[in-house]
Amino acid sequence: MLENYIREKREQKDILLMTHIVLGYPDFDSSIQLARTMVEAGVDLMELQIPFSEPIADGPVILKACQDALQTGASVADCLDATRKITASLDIPFLFMSYYNILFKYQVERFTKVAAECGIRGMIVPDAPPEEAEDYLQAMNKEQLAPIQLYSPNTPDERMRYLADFAQGFVYCVARKGVTGQDTAFSDDLDQYLARCRQATRLPLALGFGVKDHKDIDFLKGKIDIAVVGSGALRILNEKGVEAVGDYIRSLR
Amino acid sequence: MVKTGYYGEFGGAFLPEILIPTFTQLKEEFARIKADPTFWEEYVHTMSTYSCRPTPLTFAENLTHHFGGASIYIKREDLNHTGAHKANNVIAQGLLVKRMGKGRVIAETGAGQHGVATATMAAKYGFDCTIYMGEVDVKRQRPNVFWMEQLGAEVISVKDGSKTLKDAMNAAFRDWAQNMDDTHYVLGTASGPHPFPEMVSYFQSIIGQEAREQILKYAGKLPARIYACVGGGSNALGLFGAFMDDPVELVGVEAGGKGLPSKLHAARLASDQATIGVAQGYKTYFLQDDDGQMRETHSVAAGLDYVGVSPILSHLSDTGRVRFAAATDKEVVDALRLSMKKEGLIPALESAHAFVQAFKEAPDMNGEECIIINQSGRGDKDIFTVADAIGDPQWEQFIREKAEDYNA
Repeated sequence: MLENYIREKREQKDILLMTHIVLGYPDFDSSIQLARTMVEAGVDLMELQIPFSEPIADGPVILKACQDALQTGASVADCLDATRKITASLDIPFLFMSYYNILFKYQVERFTKVAAECGIRGMIVPDAPPEEAEDYLQAMNKEQLAPIQLYSPNTPDERMRYLADFAQGFVYCVARKGVTGQDTAFSDDLDQYLARCRQATRLPLALGFGVKDHKDIDFLKGKIDIAVVGSGALRILNEKGVEAVGDYIRSLR
Repeated sequence: MVKTGYYGEFGGAFLPEILIPTFTQLKEEFARIKADPTFWEEYVHTMSTYSCRPTPLTFAENLTHHFGGASIYIKREDLNHTGAHKANNVIAQGLLVKRMGKGRVIAETGAGQHGVATATMAAKYGFDCTIYMGEVDVKRQRPNVFWMEQLGAEVISVKDGSKTLKDAMNAAFRDWAQNMDDTHYVLGTASGPHPFPEMVSYFQSIIGQEAREQILKYAGKLPARIYACVGGGSNALGLFGAFMDDPVELVGVEAGGKGLPSKLHAARLASDQATIGVAQGYKTYFLQDDDGQMRETHSVAAGLDYVGVSPILSHLSDTGRVRFAAATDKEVVDALRLSMKKEGLIPALESAHAFVQAFKEAPDMNGEECIIINQSGRGDKDIFTVADAIGDPQWEQFIREKAEDYNA
């Protein structure tokens, strides 16, 4: 189980790292190489984003990577093939991140089945709130995959508890308003928000959106279980290439 | 788990968690104004003093004789302030924003009509205003960009994706996800997540309410058929609403672009090329590939150049209550020319799609029958696009000389 893995790892490390890659960006060979580099640099979990043409929760950096991948013809089938290669050779839990339409067009139950066969452990689907996604939640349960739920700073306590009922693995706390890839103020407000998250669920907590350096991660130690680095690593990839991403990841903890 | 905002299997609110509390608030506010008769009174009063409501219903006598069939009536939404039905929705949402106490509005725009309408409303009510517009549309609708900026709005050219309306919508959602505390997103059409389809249709229903009363007065009977162009669906639903329970055939006309086989069009319901999907926060028919990636669309009319369609119309298409057709770019220009020559009316390229289908059908109807076409907007402000579509050499010459003047 994903939750058990996180708890066991946490006994060894004071904070875990989850990174993110866009499958097919800049091409599939690079995605596979990037995943390996990240795991070798000590990453504990990883999101594999299947590009969608309308990623409304993503900011410019990830948005552009998704578009570029689609422009080179990256298909869902290609993403699944690359995922099989990644999970076969690398021994950490991988999650899919995508938007509901990708699952819906594939047929949700068929998609979760193939995801499980590809060695995926959970999924993050930001436009599938529980009210709209009963089929998704059921299909995930059937395959024993974790449907990751998200909290945001304006989520009321009551709704946090509601979401906790559907959550498995961990809860992904969005650090601030807005989309991915912008700065986040690591402050007292964030502390208060994380305390509310902690109250609402017994599951491990991940925090993402704007986590980008050692200082941010130091601030988060002891407050959450998993720090999520998404756009930050993608920026390094764009500017300095795959090897630099490994150095960047090692600099974070 | 309670699903709300569904029309058959279409609609819903597929939202990132960050926007859920904002939509909860919006749903509550909308329910409140719907239950409050003073809101509708204030809305009608504002539209009759700031815009031109009730808009006339014009009997198109020459076109009627030209086609020799049904009597043709035209609902003149082009006579609204800023020249389109968009003003209806925008003013109503402006009144809603005042009640919510927010100080900033954002909007997406395709043709620019909704952007200009939102900018006027923001100026009138003292709101800050940001308009998202696809880069492709900024280029083809520069005059509207000029007016938005003169009205005090900030226009952001969106360079993501296909750089058109859907991408402007995504950008507006991203802005809203950041700034929801003080900002309202004035969505321009009856699409998007619940409650927008219901809310925008409700505000636009004023079109059909007036038209029904007017046709009964002028023609002494209900129309046999009514026609409206369909981009997102707001002018069509606005006209259709009042006739929903009448024995009146409702006809929606989509952008046939360069023809359905060319795949360069925006015919979601009139072609068999669209499939059900979920994007931009709602479930409807989308022009998409087998993986669920949205396709490029095309229309001479930027306001119809959209990949999805109102979930309410998807439902009414499936139930058969609304019939859908598509008009090609070429047919649209011909219909626009004929309307100008015969009636002195200048429909927007968007609206001219409805004229095409009405002109195809009117000759085969009997003289006792009447029809209504919704002239949702005026075409004279699209002079650059229309002049290009018509291919007027003297206009081209004028622009060349004008450019030389600037260079001098």
